[in-house]
Amino acid sequence: MTERGKILLLHGGVLLALFAAQYLLPAYHANNLARIMVLAVYAMGYNIAFGYTGLLSLGHALFFAMGMYGAGMAVWLVEWTALPAIAMGLAAGAVAAGAVGLLALRTAGVSFMIVTLMFAQAGYLLILYFARYTGGDEGFVVEAFGRRPFGLDLVQDGPRYAAAFCLFAVALAGNLALVRSRFGRVMLAMRENEARSRMLGYNPFRVKLLALVISGLYAGAAGAFYAMLFGYVGASFAMVQYSILPLLYTLLGGAGVVLGPLLGAGLMFYLIDIASGLTSAYLMVVGAVLVVLVLFAPKGLLGALRERGLKWLP
Amino acid sequence: MAALSETPLLEARGLTHAFGGLRAVDGVDLSLKRGEIHALIGPNGAGKTTLVSLLSGRLPLQGGLLRLEGEDISALPAEGRVRRGIAYTFQITSIFPRLPVFDNVALAAQSRGARDLPAAVAEALDRVGLADLTAQEAGSLSYGHQRLLELAMGLALHPKLLILDEPTQGLAAGEIARFTELVRSLVPGITVLLIEHNMEVVMALADCISVLNFGRLIAQGSPEQIRADAGVQAAYLGGEDAAG
Repeated sequence: MTERGKILLLHGGVLLALFAAQYLLPAYHANNLARIMVLAVYAMGYNIAFGYTGLLSLGHALFFAMGMYGAGMAVWLVEWTALPAIAMGLAAGAVAAGAVGLLALRTAGVSFMIVTLMFAQAGYLLILYFARYTGGDEGFVVEAFGRRPFGLDLVQDGPRYAAAFCLFAVALAGNLALVRSRFGRVMLAMRENEARSRMLGYNPFRVKLLALVISGLYAGAAGAFYAMLFGYVGASFAMVQYSILPLLYTLLGGAGVVLGPLLGAGLMFYLIDIASGLTSAYLMVVGAVLVVLVLFAPKGLLGALRERGLKWLP
Repeated sequence: MAALSETPLLEARGLTHAFGGLRAVDGVDLSLKRGEIHALIGPNGAGKTTLVSLLSGRLPLQGGLLRLEGEDISALPAEGRVRRGIAYTFQITSIFPRLPVFDNVALAAQSRGARDLPAAVAEALDRVGLADLTAQEAGSLSYGHQRLLELAMGLALHPKLLILDEPTQGLAAGEIARFTELVRSLVPGITVLLIEHNMEVVMALADCISVLNFGRLIAQGSPEQIRADAGVQAAYLGGEDAAG
């Protein structure tokens, strides 16, 4: 079978399994899966910046929150309906990433981590400060009229799963197309050898900025959908944990592998779910898993698989 | 208007670059004719690599003027000069080791907007004789093959000027002979600026030689002229005292 055929079969199969899961799984797990798919889209965006382009950001919570607040505030403050509000969320995520990138991409490595972290913290504090417009640390509920595209209330189980699935399917297809495109190759070139890329005629700043904007678009989309599907917008989503989570998902599943974020998000979600049922010190379990991961599969689960034979994994 | 077609491909006037107080390149004039192999030689620390870094844009000009086909490119950043046709291959092999050979060359070909990437990649790899290694990870190639891959990346850019910075460094004797043949086959389609320590290679290939010492151009001419030049001998042998 050709490489292209294998890729289509694998990713099509994953989508098919996710589609079937809503009919096969009990409601509790189906709802978990809906949440996992939205978080996976967020992590896919993170993977585009980190896994493919080599940009280790600690500020993606800002882009996620911009998507969430962009959509939520459009409903709350100006009473937009769901579709334009979601579009606003996407745009907010991308614009925020572009603005942060213009400044932060003057740095690299550890400085880039610190600068992005700082921007995200500033964003979090702004949300708290402008409580009149953002609901402060209490957040606000996305009202029913603002989460009903095509007459379907997105917080109900069926529509919620369908919406999460649609978002994930589009994001997955987009991600595949991106990494297999010419620009995807240039992103890898930036990660692998920036000096050489420049001497092949590429402007590293422009390439990285575009990758970051695409990444922010994904994060914004995930944030907007999260607001719609769970009906709530809150400042906790702008905190630093939400910058770390997509990093962990990506590392666990496999950085630089399209399906890595989905696998990582799913495993991490259930790991926390199960461990927190057993002990209040569930973060220790998470930590132990990460240590094992770093020791035995530093490139993540799918990264390890790619090294051991599945070289075609995009 | 015969004079017009004689416009040099690249013309440098008074190039200067200092690191702190050290003038690594000090008012160098250089002119490359279309289709020639021009060698740049000089003892270690003469400023050769600094000079080509100024030409390729990896270092900014602190003084002087640079024209490509009569157009001022002094202020263009490195990636802009690459797009205008100046390709540079690194002294220390610089490839994308974790990407397949195909992608390494494809990155060069797509940078100039090649429509048919597989064909463009095959053309460049054919030229250097690596056509059967396209799927291999670049980092797993032998050192000699990595140098050839660098060259293929340069060629895939379809440059007007190819700057080869010590291309034969670290190659075995047989590989050097093949490399020499390969470089000779590039002209006159491509103009080559060759920075090289190996005098055999220089004498075999160069149409014109420029000699750099302490950041200044001390001689320029044909291989025969350079061989006979007393100043060049002094520079290489460490001055008249040593020579006497």
